[in-house]
Amino acid sequence: MREFDTIIIGGGHAGCEAAAASARMGARTALVSFDRETVGAMSCNPAIGGLGKGHLVREVDAFDGILAKAADAAAIHYRMLNASKGAAVRGPRVQADRKLFKAAIHVMLAAHSNLEIIEGGADSLNFSSDCANVTGLMLSDGRELRARAIVLATGTFLNGRMFCGEARTTGGRVGEAAAQSLGDQLRERGLPIGRLKTGTPPRLDGRTINWGALETQPSDDETWTFSPLTAQRVNPQLACAITRTNQASHDIIRASLDRSPLFSGDIAGQGPRYCPSIEDKVHRFGDRDGHQIFLEPEGLEDPLVYPNGVSTSLPEDVQLAMLRAVKGLEAVEIAQLGYAVEYDHIDPRALRPTLEIAAIGGLFCAGQINGTTGYEEASAQGLVAGLNAAAKAQGKPEIILDRASSYIGVMIDDLVLQGITEPYRMLTARAEYRLRLRADNASTRLTPLAMQIGCVGASRAAWFADRDAQRDALITALQARDPKAGTLYDRIRVDALTADDVAGWNGFAHYPRSVVEEIVEDARYAPYLARQDSEIRAMRANDRIGLASLDYRSIAGLSHEMVERLDAARPATLGAAERVRGITPAALAAILVQAKRCAT
Amino acid sequence: MVRISGPGAGSALTTLCGTLPKSRRATFRTLRGRCGDVLDEGLVLWLPGPATATGEHLAELHLHGGCAVVAAVLAELEGLDGLRPALAGEFTRRGFENGRIDLAQAEGLADLLTAETDSQRRSALALTGGALGKLVETWQLRILQISAGVEAALDLSDEADVDERLDDRVHEGLFALVSEISDRLDSPPAERLKDGVMVVLAGPPNAGKSRLINALAERDVAIVASEAGTTRDRIEVPVAIEGVPLVLTDTAGLRVPAPGSIEAIGIGLAEEAIGRADIVLWLGDHTEAPKNALVVSAKCDLGIVGPGLAVSAVTGQGLAALKQEILVRARALLPRTGDVALNRRHRAILATVLRELNEAGVTQDLLIVAEHLRAARNELDRLTGRAGVENMLDALFGTFCIGK
Repeated sequence: MREFDTIIIGGGHAGCEAAAASARMGARTALVSFDRETVGAMSCNPAIGGLGKGHLVREVDAFDGILAKAADAAAIHYRMLNASKGAAVRGPRVQADRKLFKAAIHVMLAAHSNLEIIEGGADSLNFSSDCANVTGLMLSDGRELRARAIVLATGTFLNGRMFCGEARTTGGRVGEAAAQSLGDQLRERGLPIGRLKTGTPPRLDGRTINWGALETQPSDDETWTFSPLTAQRVNPQLACAITRTNQASHDIIRASLDRSPLFSGDIAGQGPRYCPSIEDKVHRFGDRDGHQIFLEPEGLEDPLVYPNGVSTSLPEDVQLAMLRAVKGLEAVEIAQLGYAVEYDHIDPRALRPTLEIAAIGGLFCAGQINGTTGYEEASAQGLVAGLNAAAKAQGKPEIILDRASSYIGVMIDDLVLQGITEPYRMLTARAEYRLRLRADNASTRLTPLAMQIGCVGASRAAWFADRDAQRDALITALQARDPKAGTLYDRIRVDALTADDVAGWNGFAHYPRSVVEEIVEDARYAPYLARQDSEIRAMRANDRIGLASLDYRSIAGLSHEMVERLDAARPATLGAAERVRGITPAALAAILVQAKRCAT
Repeated sequence: MVRISGPGAGSALTTLCGTLPKSRRATFRTLRGRCGDVLDEGLVLWLPGPATATGEHLAELHLHGGCAVVAAVLAELEGLDGLRPALAGEFTRRGFENGRIDLAQAEGLADLLTAETDSQRRSALALTGGALGKLVETWQLRILQISAGVEAALDLSDEADVDERLDDRVHEGLFALVSEISDRLDSPPAERLKDGVMVVLAGPPNAGKSRLINALAERDVAIVASEAGTTRDRIEVPVAIEGVPLVLTDTAGLRVPAPGSIEAIGIGLAEEAIGRADIVLWLGDHTEAPKNALVVSAKCDLGIVGPGLAVSAVTGQGLAALKQEILVRARALLPRTGDVALNRRHRAILATVLRELNEAGVTQDLLIVAEHLRAARNELDRLTGRAGVENMLDALFGTFCIGK
């Protein structure tokens, strides 16, 4: 029997980030994975970041997390999405070389002497005699690990079923076994479990693509990196290419719809609306004459290409025929077929904002198991679960991020309050305080908190102290009077000035570019940020009114639907109750009255 | 009718009529005071909570008698432990707090409870029945659609088939909404139904204003004397003529008085009343009449006939014509029967929505457009309950083919 502070089950993005976060907190951490070689694998597309998602990556980085640094180490293509729009919706994104990414993750995990990777299948959880707390993990070979906190980051491995045309297999990713027994154990504990599906496209052999016929998208010319601690871009940059499906490929798909498990009714789980399979797109948007396909290289020395936009579970012959009807892919060979996977997830409304299961002390969940999709969403949850698991084991206070602080806070609040009906993906539209939650100010927003809870290493702490001093100095300098607008700061807004303009002023040239850009953006949206301040004050005031354990059924006037939603979400505060979908102001007043009654 | 709500309603009813009648059944009872004296006879109703309008135990006394009997019963009730007269709107508030009604219904109900005339009652019912809610819902849906377009351009423009050039459709949608909501805001407010159309009688002293108000009200409400300046206070008389609620306001005559005198204060009040009036009846020189005033020549029985409607409060000559003229003007100022009338809170919220939509329409920065639309959605949520981001995403994913 081995003894740890925390055990992380699963070595995907959520698991790795959780393990690293726990280790940074100083907890003795075990990372359990079937196979050491799959730790840090990118199971889906090679892209990291994007709109909303890039925010998450930067926020995890602000806590000294590992995703951004690994993405930089592996990046073979950089692109700032929405570069022409306001910084609040700019989304940094890279294409990462799989091998380099995994190697970078292994190096960063190995840097922690208090983190150990344990190979083995997770068989079952051990609980305290009263079943209220988790105490450890049994491995399938009979070994026992003990810990005060455990993070489940098992991804799609809970009762996973894969579909490829008429073929069915059990498992999460191709060639890996599913953690059947853990799933059964959670069902037995009465946790609400839902079922979701997701799909992947076939992987193509890049040597069989006619690149010359296609429009290419080169890496951008800028010098930005994902993590400010990455000094510069390190890898040679490749180009992506763009092509489209056409009427001929649509006809092939339509003729074979009955052979798709998505349409034959074999798949019951709900798939994402924003990432429909190609058969879904053709079926639902039949009027379109084509759908875009991004051809993303998977690595510098890897001929594999990920055709983003054609996720499918059609049979092999249809996948090939449909692709070969597309421009540039006339002679393409498929290296690995596309497939759909159906898997169990825990209804995240069973979780607390720390991602701990409310009914089982010490058991945390992060990533796809909570019904989300995407590396970035998984990493962000891994961070929060890892920090809180360590804090729990060490007897430290909980770490909770609210909606006004970060996209991480928005995501977790959405998950634990609203639950999900499809795989949850971050979008900037989900963040009501979007104007202040920018990818370029993640450090300013979050690193002070990260330093306070003790999860920041020395080099980042030094970098941040320096940057913060520069930032303060710039803000002070901008308070100088301006005859036209009051202060220089105000003039930025009034005259719609850019970072270039400000950097060109006398005495402003020495400020780091990223600091100037951040402050200029603050200045330009200052009136809106001020208006949001009062909204945030109101939200935080309501978040301070606790709603211990109300019996919503006893509150007259609440509709059945409201009672159901509130019962499932069990909002911890009045503010949270207000955010439950469909709750009216009148209902909120009734809840408040009831809460006050119960308190007296 | 007298209503008693709260935990003591049952014992109060028992005190008055001896035993508790069967619940939810109108029962004829004799009401007695504590000394055994008969107060009145009439129908009583016992409605145990929580399935009542207030969510509490409720008793209703349908009294026969006039003011004296009601006063006696009220005095008897106030003598009971734990009973006190209700505050204005308290029944509705309790119903609201006990979750019996939602906010929009509460306002509709409050209007219903104070409605006294037919047309008032009908409009109040339209509000309670959710006509306002339906209207707001359609606006909400359209704002969601516009938001979805903006958000798709912001969030998903890199994911294939979203048109980045949405501005035309966004601005057209905004423009249509703005004009519709402003039209609604220009329509007559609900308060006029409840409070009545304010009709102010004004003019120089001794023009016959008080005599005319008595004639219109069909009772003596103002002191009439030949001495100029008799009316020093402002007198307000609620009346209903053919079901149209009016508040007739008699004012002090307008002349230059001794400074600081009581009459001077009265004249100040008169000028203020004219400023707030929906309809001004001007009894005086038509060249001095306030704008849009209805000029009345009020002493035609004395042979004094000038321009304007000739009326005599003494003989009744011209009174019917004057009433008709007032009604024509008043009806135009009232919400039409069955129409959705907005009260002050609705108007304030819609005015904010309108401002946000207008501001969204003048900027090219999609982020700012989205921020104003978000503010507009938040405001509407205050009328109908939180819709949230999910509804917008529903609109978004239903309209656009998005995804890799």
